[in-house]
Amino acid sequence: MSSGTLWAVVLAGSLGCYLLKLAGLSVPAAWVERPWVTRMVTFVPAALLAALVAVQAVASGRDLVVDGRLAGLAVAALALALRAPFVVVLVLAGVTGALVHVLGG
Amino acid sequence: MSGTARTAVLRDAIGLGVAVGLYGVAFGAAADSAGLDSWQALAMSLLMFTGASQFALVGVLGAGGGAAAAIGSALLLGTRNTVYGVRLAPLLAPRGLLRRLGLAHWVIDETTALAVAAPDRDLARLAFLSGGAAIFTVWNTTTLVGALGAAALGEAAQAALDAVVPAAFLALLWPRLRAGAEEPAVARRVALGGAAVALALTPFVPPGVQVVTAVVAVALAGRPQEGSR
Repeated sequence: MSSGTLWAVVLAGSLGCYLLKLAGLSVPAAWVERPWVTRMVTFVPAALLAALVAVQAVASGRDLVVDGRLAGLAVAALALALRAPFVVVLVLAGVTGALVHVLGG
Repeated sequence: MSGTARTAVLRDAIGLGVAVGLYGVAFGAAADSAGLDSWQALAMSLLMFTGASQFALVGVLGAGGGAAAAIGSALLLGTRNTVYGVRLAPLLAPRGLLRRLGLAHWVIDETTALAVAAPDRDLARLAFLSGGAAIFTVWNTTTLVGALGAAALGEAAQAALDAVVPAAFLALLWPRLRAGAEEPAVARRVALGGAAVALALTPFVPPGVQVVTAVVAVALAGRPQEGSR
């Protein structure tokens, strides 16, 4: 993707996200505060973030690949379960990924 | 409003501002690894200023996704802020169009949590504004640090960064699944569904499309229960 296209994506995404924020301050509450709307909105992050975790960990284009990323993710999950702070989780995942890369050649 | 209450509000606001700093570094690094330059990463933190959407946009681009999938996933995550705005409108009571246009930019998870937790309307405004100012400052500074830092890394360290990005997404997801979150069992079901949909579609659709499509897993949450908020 060219730098110009990236700028367009960045600016269009930013404008859209801003308008979503502005809409909340501007539209009548009754339009948004319906039980099914709030329920969908509450659980959208769980679905999308989990999809991103999966794709970032094993997808490579249209292939599924097992490499240091998945090992790093497993270590990160363990660290999170043990309530490690964010920075510790990231460092452990990074070190694991780099180790697998070096050992795997 | 009492001085003690004001101090407590400001302390919380600044504390939260500092706490988002690490996420800012992680975002800057993720943006770099997705192919954005440091200015583009900074522009996202200045203009989009909503963490989950920013991570999603660079996550989709990093996976090789196209413009529509990247923007679409950011917007889907941005719908949360519309609901927050509705909750904040009576607290902030923005007078005049210009003030509303300005306040809207800072409507995010953290400022909403601060404002809603404040004991009265004046303190809610103070919490929103001080939290927004602290987070905006730290988030943008640390984004630049992360982007420049990652850009300076060598090839060996890029393998580490590749493993850091999915871990960062997992760390964003984790608090939504843990006991104490809103209906954690439902959130876990939706998350597993989302991951399964994304993986199943990966071989068959252009990169990034599987992420946006995974939103169908929200259907697993089922109907709102009678008597729930």
